[in-house]
Amino acid sequence: MLFGALMTIAVASCSYLLGIVFGTAFAAMKLSKNFILNFIADLYTTIIRGIPELLVIYLVFFGGGAVLRTIAKGVFGYGEYIDFPIFVTGMLCIGISSGAYSTEVIRGAVLAVPKGQIEAARAVGMSRRLRFWRILVPQVARYALPGLGNVWQLTLKETSLISVIGLVEIMRQATIASGSTKEPFTFYLAAFFLYLALTSISNRGFVRAETWANRGVRAA
Amino acid sequence: MQESWPKLVGAVPETLILASSSLAIGFVLAIIVALARLSSNRGLSNLAYGFVYIFRSTPLLVQIFLIYYGSGQFRPFLQEYGLWIFFREPWFCAILALTLNTGAYTSEIIRGGMQSVPWGQVEAARACGMSGVLLFRRIMFPVAIRQALPGYGNEIILMVKSTSLASTITILDVTGIAKKIIAATWSPIEIFIIAGAIYLTINFIVTRVVQWTEIKLSPQLYRDRKSVWKTLFGKDEDMEPARQTIR
Repeated sequence: MLFGALMTIAVASCSYLLGIVFGTAFAAMKLSKNFILNFIADLYTTIIRGIPELLVIYLVFFGGGAVLRTIAKGVFGYGEYIDFPIFVTGMLCIGISSGAYSTEVIRGAVLAVPKGQIEAARAVGMSRRLRFWRILVPQVARYALPGLGNVWQLTLKETSLISVIGLVEIMRQATIASGSTKEPFTFYLAAFFLYLALTSISNRGFVRAETWANRGVRAA
Repeated sequence: MQESWPKLVGAVPETLILASSSLAIGFVLAIIVALARLSSNRGLSNLAYGFVYIFRSTPLLVQIFLIYYGSGQFRPFLQEYGLWIFFREPWFCAILALTLNTGAYTSEIIRGGMQSVPWGQVEAARACGMSGVLLFRRIMFPVAIRQALPGYGNEIILMVKSTSLASTITILDVTGIAKKIIAATWSPIEIFIIAGAIYLTINFIVTRVVQWTEIKLSPQLYRDRKSVWKTLFGKDEDMEPARQTIR
């Protein structure tokens, strides 16, 4: 079970990071003035937030390998049977869905940065890149932190769904154990408390991170 | 693709029944939990907080498995009290898990709504001599529900999505059927598109109905036709200004 917990943490953090990368990219697309980019990003968030994660998992699990094989054959001329490792499949699934939520969080955070600050930065002659790194990023990170904390909780809980495609994390471990011992309640309860511990600990971490990030902000 | 359409659409009632029954029971549960949470009784409030905390910090899948498979461990005990006929049914277990889960989330939404009721209104009602129940029914609940409605709309969508987890305990809802067809025909993308379209349609209708209810409940905020149209069919960003102009 503890090994399973480590696996859960690994999958959750990998897909969380992937989700933030997706989120940043799609938030940029949503905020851009380009109509097509806007449309694509809208489509992504609407679809992923509107349909169950389990369906996405089935799509990537059953369809991902076929796509990979087609690419391998068409581009590299590799005809053998290949498939994503199950870890990668799980990470992709959860990353895609967590990315849709991150997109909204990051987009909101960017919009929360006062426009005057960007104008001021432009007025003192900062280049685009400098404006981005010195003005936008530090503040967006601070504004997005509470929302991203929520996304982390979601992501962590969603990893339990990957057990249906066979990745050995907490849930899968509990299923295996309860199958062999005929004590399902004991093991699912153990899984229950493991998740409870994981979310409680990480929640505390995020609260601390928020206090740290807001250390320079005057409290009312 | 032709054969899978009717099968998947035929599973829509299952999904809707799961979602609506657990939402309905969960809403009642949520009101009770929210009231317990806000009560001045320390023990009651802590108990409600514990319930909410536990159910919000664990995955729904664990809750479903714990109830469905876990109850098997207590089979003799449950049989003795005649409860086994319930726990034997995947339907009962799915709805129980979904209800407890949505109850926990919704109670927080309702609590937020109730805390947003201006204290002056409560005081005024008390000054008019309203009792606790009357005060809740006439003053607190109507104000709180308006505040809580957007959040509750999100919760409904989450629930529609969550019902897909019931497919893991042998219930054949839209996701369950989709998985079955995918495993049999090995054409994941087509099935994914159909099933996804079904869920998107359900959720689209749900969001419109929720927003329409919002407009009906606070007509003073939506006096002109343009703001109503924008709220129902515009982009997210359009909503706020439309409200602010009238305020």
